Amino acid sequence: MKKLLVSPAPHLHGKESTRGLMRDVIIALSPSLLVSIYFFGFSAIKLALLGIISCVVVEYVIQKYIIKSTKTINDYSAALTGLLLALNLPPNSPWWLILIGSIVAIGVAKMTFGGLGQNLFNPALVGRVFLLVSFPVIMTDWTIPVSWFREGIDASSGATALSIVKEGLAKGLNMDQIFQTNNFSYMEMLFSKIGGSVGEVSALALIAGFVYLLVRRVIKPHIPLSIIGSVIIITGIFWLVDPQQYADPIFSVLTGGILIGSIFMATDYVTSPMSTSGMILYGVGIGFLTIMIRYFGSYPEGISFAILIMNACVPLINKFMLPKRFGKEVKNG
Amino acid sequence: MSKTFSLGGIHPHDNKISATASIENFPLVDTAYISMSQHLGAPAEPVVAKGDTVKVGQLIAKSSGFISANIHSSVSGVVSSVELLPDLSGTMVQHIVIKVEGDVWMDNIDRSEEIVSEIKLSGPEIIAKIAECGVVGLGGAAFPTNIKLSPPAGKTAEYLIINGAECEPYLTSDYRIMVESPEQILIGTKIMMKALNVKSAYFGVEDNKPKAIKLLKKIAGKSYQDIKIVSLTKRYPQGGEKQMIEAITGRQVPSMGLPIDVGVVVQNVGTALAVYEAVQKNKPLFDGIVTITGKCMKEQRNFRLRVGTTFDIMMYAIGGLPKDAVKLISGGPMMGKAVCRMDAASVKSTSALLLLTEEETKRGVESNCIRCAKCVDACPMGLEPYLLNRLSRAGRIEDLEEHMVHDCIECGCCIYTCPSNIPLLDTIRLSKAQVIKIIRSRPKK
Repeated sequence: MKKLLVSPAPHLHGKESTRGLMRDVIIALSPSLLVSIYFFGFSAIKLALLGIISCVVVEYVIQKYIIKSTKTINDYSAALTGLLLALNLPPNSPWWLILIGSIVAIGVAKMTFGGLGQNLFNPALVGRVFLLVSFPVIMTDWTIPVSWFREGIDASSGATALSIVKEGLAKGLNMDQIFQTNNFSYMEMLFSKIGGSVGEVSALALIAGFVYLLVRRVIKPHIPLSIIGSVIIITGIFWLVDPQQYADPIFSVLTGGILIGSIFMATDYVTSPMSTSGMILYGVGIGFLTIMIRYFGSYPEGISFAILIMNACVPLINKFMLPKRFGKEVKNG
Repeated sequence: MSKTFSLGGIHPHDNKISATASIENFPLVDTAYISMSQHLGAPAEPVVAKGDTVKVGQLIAKSSGFISANIHSSVSGVVSSVELLPDLSGTMVQHIVIKVEGDVWMDNIDRSEEIVSEIKLSGPEIIAKIAECGVVGLGGAAFPTNIKLSPPAGKTAEYLIINGAECEPYLTSDYRIMVESPEQILIGTKIMMKALNVKSAYFGVEDNKPKAIKLLKKIAGKSYQDIKIVSLTKRYPQGGEKQMIEAITGRQVPSMGLPIDVGVVVQNVGTALAVYEAVQKNKPLFDGIVTITGKCMKEQRNFRLRVGTTFDIMMYAIGGLPKDAVKLISGGPMMGKAVCRMDAASVKSTSALLLLTEEETKRGVESNCIRCAKCVDACPMGLEPYLLNRLSRAGRIEDLEEHMVHDCIECGCCIYTCPSNIPLLDTIRLSKAQVIKIIRSRPKK
């Protein structure tokens, strides 16, 4: 006799899976990876591979030998963390740096909380910030390595645009002088030659990834747009008040980690709010804190810290920023 | 422009593969198993006994309380027993079993094809007639129609809405009714408008049924101008009562409220046809339009099926259970019930029998919630399914009430959209029942 299945409704299921979503994010990061391979050559490939492999291995080892739980390395989430971590390091990072970063990211930030979906803080960012605090010299050495593709590159230009500005201001220069001496141009920032971490080199490649994520409905635009929007508004106010001390809004958005942070870090499902209103509050919070750290803190860039601080606020945001309920307000019309 | 609701929703493939199959009369069965619990509320009380001879349309069980409904024989023959038999989910329910002999109808039923458009009865007479004929809502809940058409004291209906969304994938029974009997359902609508004493009605149809919209608009424009045909966006759950009311009138039914709280009564297309047949043709509700469909079937069918036909017989009529069918569903794939007894029989509100293959209905292995918020975005009631699931598993009843679990309409959007295959609705459904029970048990202010 043939047996039939019986289960509660619904009997259909959408085609999305955790694995598929993570894979989409990795695909969205690939333009940035390709651009960084073009600029930094072998060291970009090395960093990306090391990051992915070490994160996956760390997760596997912990699940197999320490907590003895179901293996989740197939869901691509550890690989994604590894890739994000690699893209957030200086191109010249030594191999052991990313290994330590991976152990902290997966081991401390993810697995101690219970693995996928349980962590409070973005694992890749925890790894990066740990490295930044522990190895400040290596983590701010932006020397551009020799590339296969671009011969005759001047390996000297080292600093990021943000640190050039910060140092310049400290020396008593004004914005016009800084811009002139360094030949900053917006086109360069879009396609980028300016120093920075592996994944930050091209704004355009990051935006291409953002568009892909939106088209595939992996993320909603609220978090990135509210971060970028608040950065533009806040830096715009400072810039209007004193254009010689503060960079203009477009420069502020295109430099540093605003794009990679808002598109790929702040939108991490696990550590971002659930409701649309919560997402907007979270994004504005990140934008505000980033600029405050840039302008008044000791670091030239603050988005990593800003995201981690707002990660800590997510449970509160989820508690108070509830989705719009149906039937709460009764309209007459 | 098509109208739609404001929150959530999903877009599953509509798979209306049986849309072109005309309605056929299902062959007469040998034995009919007529359930006494075909409606929401108290089971009907049998008025026939073993050995009695009955005709098609004869009253065999009467309404036994305020919320209950009359039941009429769907066949002619001899009552062979009145006994407890399983329904499709295996619950034992009182059934009247009738051995079929010929097809003799009650004399007072008008079996002609002629369309009767003149409404002779007054409002209260219409409601009495509908109650007498045992008409219940055919949109799913099977709530007795006469009660829905008599708003409680202090509440008045402003609009009648006819629900022709048929937003569930696969189902085409309402579509076939709209295409084959448009005039009858518009008359049915007029009858209900008269009973409710409302001036205008809306008829909402999803825009994946352009033929039905065109046809209804043409007929309504000619002779029923107070019925407005509204095109609705194809989006699940567009046919949910609250979603449909919002799409058409902009009003949101309050939490724990009923449509009548915003001055609306919603009836389904199938109900409109049943009302027409009851009031104009004196035909009690003992049959209905049923889609039998599935990708694993060679031929897609729409039948006029009499109440009391077993699922076994339905399978036999379509040439046996296809090899790769693993699940039989009574109703649509999103809210229908999986059949666990093939010897259970159809009831008044049976609208479809859907056969799904393993590929289509497979539930993946559950993994950790990644807090992607897709369930929050998909929930048409603005709830937080991920949280309700966690609270349900922890048994935190008070928090569940605070997070409005009682507003859940069980549409299944959350499970459909979950990338981690978490059975969100399964756990929510359990706690929802508990919370509603607690809310109802509280003394009224």
